[in-house]
Amino acid sequence: MLDRRDFVRQLLIDRGDLLVVPGLGSATYDVAAAGDHPLNFYLWGAMGGTAMIGLGLALARPDRRVAVLTGDGDLLMGMGSLATIGVKQPNNLAIVVLDNAHYGETGMQPSHTHAGVDLVAVALACRFRNARAVSRIEEAADVRALLHAGNGPILVNARISAEDTPRVLPLRDGHAIKQRFIEALNSV
Amino acid sequence: MAFAVACDIGKVLAFAHRNAMTTPRASLPSPTNIETSWPDAIYAHFRRAGIRQVGYVPDAGHSRLIALCRDDPDIADVVLTTEEEGVGLIAGAALGGQRAALLMQSSGVGNCINMFSLLRNCGFGGVVLVTMRGEFGEFNPWQVPMGAITEDILRLTGFLTYRVDSADAVDEIVGAGCDMAFDGNLQVAILLSQRLIGPKQWTR
Repeated sequence: MLDRRDFVRQLLIDRGDLLVVPGLGSATYDVAAAGDHPLNFYLWGAMGGTAMIGLGLALARPDRRVAVLTGDGDLLMGMGSLATIGVKQPNNLAIVVLDNAHYGETGMQPSHTHAGVDLVAVALACRFRNARAVSRIEEAADVRALLHAGNGPILVNARISAEDTPRVLPLRDGHAIKQRFIEALNSV
Repeated sequence: MAFAVACDIGKVLAFAHRNAMTTPRASLPSPTNIETSWPDAIYAHFRRAGIRQVGYVPDAGHSRLIALCRDDPDIADVVLTTEEEGVGLIAGAALGGQRAALLMQSSGVGNCINMFSLLRNCGFGGVVLVTMRGEFGEFNPWQVPMGAITEDILRLTGFLTYRVDSADAVDEIVGAGCDMAFDGNLQVAILLSQRLIGPKQWTR
């Protein structure tokens, strides 16, 4: 199983102009811990909506790569989004599920993936062009390559350890996060 | 200095190119009767406002508008499994520099309540067009509880709401709504009343 911080840090090494949308809770903290960046659209709420924000962004900017990094709980809440993304087939969108099989923010209750619900199989059934599970840190470089150049839509289910990690809290003002992102995107 | 100005112009041109729209195709015949052509008036404002993404859950009242959007190569039509997905779509589109609209039935408003906080909290402008059920001559009582509270819910979640009761008011109200939403990054909902849509579309 993967250490979530180490894995996310390796995914975002030399990220270039990658657009990153982390889901609320631990995914936002992991992305912040890898280094604050204006092209991170941190979420602190809107549970279940992360993948769709990624889709809207990917459709608006087909010239850029979009990476959604989020937890199993967030993706399960918006599982229909995978079908919607499958219909649109965005080549530039990848979703990385940081799957610890638990709801970390609320007291580590087991999630559906803990009972064996298979998000890779769901993504494939929803016509994702690339879907795979990873659980070893040696695979991080391959996943990073997928984010930058793989044929989307892509879903990577990363089985991470359920150990607690210290919170790293980025910007929380929604207007500021949005404005900083838009200005950075328009300046490159 | 001149170089800096040239760079800025380049950026503006790149942005304009990305958002440029082609001439709309007129492959769908246009109705001439205002009682049935109001979706065309909405679509004309979508074009004028430069809306590039339209999310929707299939709906009889919006069927002509959906067909117009699907037929437009400049508009990404995104069919959703639930209206709530469209809220995320609006936010993502705005982050990428595109304007988006969301089409739904009044029952769909209830599906969006928590997700609407995303628009309010970050100041994402967007237009939601709601075809009303459960308010005027509704045959199905199951539609009434949500239809009766739709406008209140929208107001409570941060929307400016405008009701349209007659076909000849659609053009003006949708035009004003689009301007307010996108000039001011506001959340605007336009409620198309059941009286406007008419009972004919609900029976076959």
